Amino acid sequence: MKIHEYQAKQILIKHGVKVPQGQVATTAAEAGEIARDLGGKIIAVKAQIHAGGRGKGGGIKLAKSPEEAEEWAGQLLGSKLVTPQTGPEGRVVNRVLIEKGVDIDKEFYLGIVIDRSQQRPVLMASREGGVEIEEVAQRSPELILKEPVHPGVGLQAFQTRKIAFGLGLEGKAVANATRFMSALYQAFESSDASLAEINPLVLTAEGELCALDAKMTFDDSALYRHAEIMEMRDLDEEEPLEIEASHHQLNYIKLDGQVGCMVNGAGLAMATMDIIKLGGASPANFLDVGGGANVEQVKNAFRILLSDENVKAVLINIFGGIMRCDVVAEGVVQAAQDIGVDVPVVVRLAGTNVEQGREILKNSGLDFAVATDMADAARKVSDLTNTEE
Amino acid sequence: MAIWIDQDSKVLVQGLTGKEGSFHAGQCREYGTQIVAGVTPGKGGASQDGVPVFNTVKEAVEETGADCSMILVPPPFAADAIMEAVDGGVPLVVCITEGIPVLDMLRVTEFMKGTKSRLIGPNCPGIISPGKSKIGIMPGPIHKEGPVGCISRSGTLTYEAVGQLSSRDIGQSTCIGIGGDPIIGTGFIDALTAFNEDPETEAVVMIGEIGGSAEEEAADYIKAHFDKPVLGFIAGQTAPPGRRMGHAGAIISQGKGTAREKIEKMREGGVQVVDSPADIGSGMEMILQERV
Repeated sequence: MKIHEYQAKQILIKHGVKVPQGQVATTAAEAGEIARDLGGKIIAVKAQIHAGGRGKGGGIKLAKSPEEAEEWAGQLLGSKLVTPQTGPEGRVVNRVLIEKGVDIDKEFYLGIVIDRSQQRPVLMASREGGVEIEEVAQRSPELILKEPVHPGVGLQAFQTRKIAFGLGLEGKAVANATRFMSALYQAFESSDASLAEINPLVLTAEGELCALDAKMTFDDSALYRHAEIMEMRDLDEEEPLEIEASHHQLNYIKLDGQVGCMVNGAGLAMATMDIIKLGGASPANFLDVGGGANVEQVKNAFRILLSDENVKAVLINIFGGIMRCDVVAEGVVQAAQDIGVDVPVVVRLAGTNVEQGREILKNSGLDFAVATDMADAARKVSDLTNTEE
Repeated sequence: MAIWIDQDSKVLVQGLTGKEGSFHAGQCREYGTQIVAGVTPGKGGASQDGVPVFNTVKEAVEETGADCSMILVPPPFAADAIMEAVDGGVPLVVCITEGIPVLDMLRVTEFMKGTKSRLIGPNCPGIISPGKSKIGIMPGPIHKEGPVGCISRSGTLTYEAVGQLSSRDIGQSTCIGIGGDPIIGTGFIDALTAFNEDPETEAVVMIGEIGGSAEEEAADYIKAHFDKPVLGFIAGQTAPPGRRMGHAGAIISQGKGTAREKIEKMREGGVQVVDSPADIGSGMEMILQERV
């Protein structure tokens, strides 16, 4: 799960990570008031959307007075921000973070991720602050300092010192940095984060370290034990169909093709998307109905994928194991009768109770194209979408 | 022969008295698996479909000589269940549960270091040696005994592959679902190493997906050490970056873990990678014919 920068900073503050003074605003007037309270020569006005690249997209403004901050906030709020990561449609800005400017001496990168091959969290740092870490990793990987963290004992002080000295810090900045890193790791671990990224981490003229920006994402599987983080979910940042699907325990991701697909199992669902593409069409979504779906869930799944206007054909690919083909067939038939289907539907069933499933489809009086295997299914879908256009 | 499990494997089921546990244990037994014990804390002394239930794994192992555990407990309790099985000295632990927090799994893998236990999963269909034993939730009847080993990060996509093999009369030695999570016990390389030493296994189907670098690492291993032909497929060629495709581990993050990268690396390693998931069976058929 993703959260906003201002929310990440709220979590960080709780663990003793230093962040600039500031507050979130939803109106220009509120922004102006916060700016006046903060004082200082420079005020940052930062659009709060989940996508990155906000600076490049014009979502971060520096104001020299509270009035100017209010003006920028007015312009950003309600506007659509397009960044390199939002896609051309952009995202509507509903909140701005108003922060007191920080006197920057140096900028660094600091992040914690889970390293899958090492099976450990890894603390990463680089002297190139403000630059995306993937870029540094590609250009000059030797500039990235890494400290794997033992999951039992946690991040040790010597590791934070190695990084602090490695970044070229001196004097009291070293101690400040080690404290900062320990606090960041604590925030990461205690919230079951999958990523905590401070970019840039800045060294102020006073030798303090401060998180100028902050990004955190969380392990969805661990949210059950973090009600306070779950509350930070911003549904405005999510695709409405995906939200609806999640209410029915369906795993749905909207894509931009024309073939809607319904599959059981994530791997088979991805493979089905791939075979649609190989056949010359393109998938409109990823949809995994899961291992033990019932008739109701199949109906919901069918309804959700049909509510995507781009869908010109539907491919249902089920390899029955625990999930029985007759249940799927029943759900599809009921859904088709209830909702009415005006696009061609190709159904491929295999595995448990396949004969009963096919029988149900055949006797439904509805016009399904029944495919014998995956290759046949892809061929049928591709024929259908080509003649449609 | 087969790897890791056969007709002599004695299986205890953690979570036997639950809905999932009792159903799947029944299916395994129907397939011929020896289900010797169940473990549900607080229900020791009871029995479930004739199988004795114990409070602890240690007790179950002592009383029944179980050497495998199948775990079907809800995610908040699964990490603990794995560690209990390891502590109980169970050599093979198969965890089916999906949705275990990543940090829990990091602690589990750390806990397991230096022990003699092997973990398969979590978030996997389990392992089957066709005709001998099945420890998992895969549909038994689609499998056939034979010479092809299967290793996969997916569940139903493995059934698809197995279905294609069996319908061409190509049987399988052992099929292992290693799981769709970012942190798993047994990886591709562990399974490949075992298949390399198994005289019955003549060729291997390896099914990967986007996310992480396990396929790339396996490709290096295959190039350097693996003597048998490998047919590969990578799911998620059309998956958008930054989105989790159902499996917790199936995500292209920071530009890493794309299908294209994996396919290239596997081809460099000598794996015959098919572009279409419909070509797994026919691809393997050709490989086996060439060997004759």
